[in-house]
Amino acid sequence: MEKGTLRVKMGFAEMFKGGVIMDVTNAEQARIAEEAGACAVMALERVPADIRVQGGVARMSDPKVIKEIIKTVSIPVMAKARIGHFVEAQVLEALGVDFIDESEVLTPADEEHHIDKHAFKVPFVCGARELGEALRRIGEGASMIRTKGEAGTGNVVEAVRHARAVLRGIRKIQSLREDELMTEAKELKAPYELVRYIHQNGKLPVVNFAAGGVATPADAALMMHLGLDGVFVGSGIFKSGDPKKRAKAIVRAVTHYNDPEILAEVSEDLGEPMVGINLDFLPEEEKLAKRGW
Amino acid sequence: MWGVKIGVLALQGDFREHKLMLQGLGVEVVEVRKPQHLREVAGLIVPGGESTTIGKLAKEYDLDKAVRRRVEEGSLAVWGTCAGAIWLAKEIIGYPDQLKAGILDISIHRNAFGRQVESFEEDLEVKGLDRPFHAVFIRAPVIQKTGPGLEVLAKKGGQVVFVRQGKILASSFHPELTGDPRLHSMFLGLCD
Repeated sequence: MEKGTLRVKMGFAEMFKGGVIMDVTNAEQARIAEEAGACAVMALERVPADIRVQGGVARMSDPKVIKEIIKTVSIPVMAKARIGHFVEAQVLEALGVDFIDESEVLTPADEEHHIDKHAFKVPFVCGARELGEALRRIGEGASMIRTKGEAGTGNVVEAVRHARAVLRGIRKIQSLREDELMTEAKELKAPYELVRYIHQNGKLPVVNFAAGGVATPADAALMMHLGLDGVFVGSGIFKSGDPKKRAKAIVRAVTHYNDPEILAEVSEDLGEPMVGINLDFLPEEEKLAKRGW
Repeated sequence: MWGVKIGVLALQGDFREHKLMLQGLGVEVVEVRKPQHLREVAGLIVPGGESTTIGKLAKEYDLDKAVRRRVEEGSLAVWGTCAGAIWLAKEIIGYPDQLKAGILDISIHRNAFGRQVESFEEDLEVKGLDRPFHAVFIRAPVIQKTGPGLEVLAKKGGQVVFVRQGKILASSFHPELTGDPRLHSMFLGLCD
């Protein structure tokens, strides 16, 4: 019997496909998310929208809250660790968290190095803005990739940009000759073996989700249409007027993304969405997606 | 080669992996999201995923009822893997209110081996196969009680992880993740 193998970690990520993973800050929100049909919850101290407003250092959640969430729901529980903070990751693994998000939404603990994710039995998800970044994270042992988007803005434009950049990068590698792959790996600053994998298979070796700015059912369906496998929703649910209704609507939108009639039905009368931020007016130094490399 | 269409329940989970396995065997596959998608299929695979999510989404458009009706008529073979097996069970231990199809006479225990860090892979002896099957168990359930007429096809450490009742199969593990098509072929043998 082998535990914590790459196949077990990557296989688990496959089970989230076509699903919605929701940010929650306490057990009550976790219960609402499960009730709405979330395929997992993501425990964090504050949702990104609040981190933006309040500032300060954002860290891993209090273990007490994570334990309460684990006790409250039967679905998988994910939690966020700071970029490079492998001790926070060890703590989360010890708590029995099912998946760790090494996340730019929290304040980075290391500006040069990400966590060596191969060293853990628990699987990791990491954010990426383009293909090279995705492949570096997979090289370090990530079992799942997500777009970074621009968390806590309620604005999907960055998630769309990152999703398109990753998928365009994949199509480009497919079109290359074999003897051009090493140069492409050099330009992407990505492991050669992974570039070869993409050349042969036309996809990432791991599941690829959307995250960062998804606020409506139509946003979620848009990301599915672009070719992503599922959706993370952060502030978009619990910063909106009617979290229960919106959460349920987004779950249905991801399953039925190809059915505009159902999308129209679930988009109706959801109450106030979270207040969005126009990224043209967001100062560069406040952009979370720039964290990590 | 098989001459039948097979449905894969495509509400949530790793339905694409099942689809690819079936297509690899030369079978035409239909993604099932609404009851009308069931019309032409002789078999239905319910994939791995999150069983509570699948249960809720299946209920919304009465897909659970449609599956039940076809099974009662005897016109549909069904195979549930992991979350899919949970959805088929008549009893989900500790979660009496969880939405399910309830068509297979088993009591199932969710996450019976523990959380994700306890997930594992291992070679498994399966009745009807001449060589062991490499099985991936992910937050896997075990089948605790089985009704009459149920055949146990595999056990892991004394616990039941693969059963058959007539045209219904349920497995705790994920044959769609290992590229070995033998269990998909076994299922196709039940579809007519």
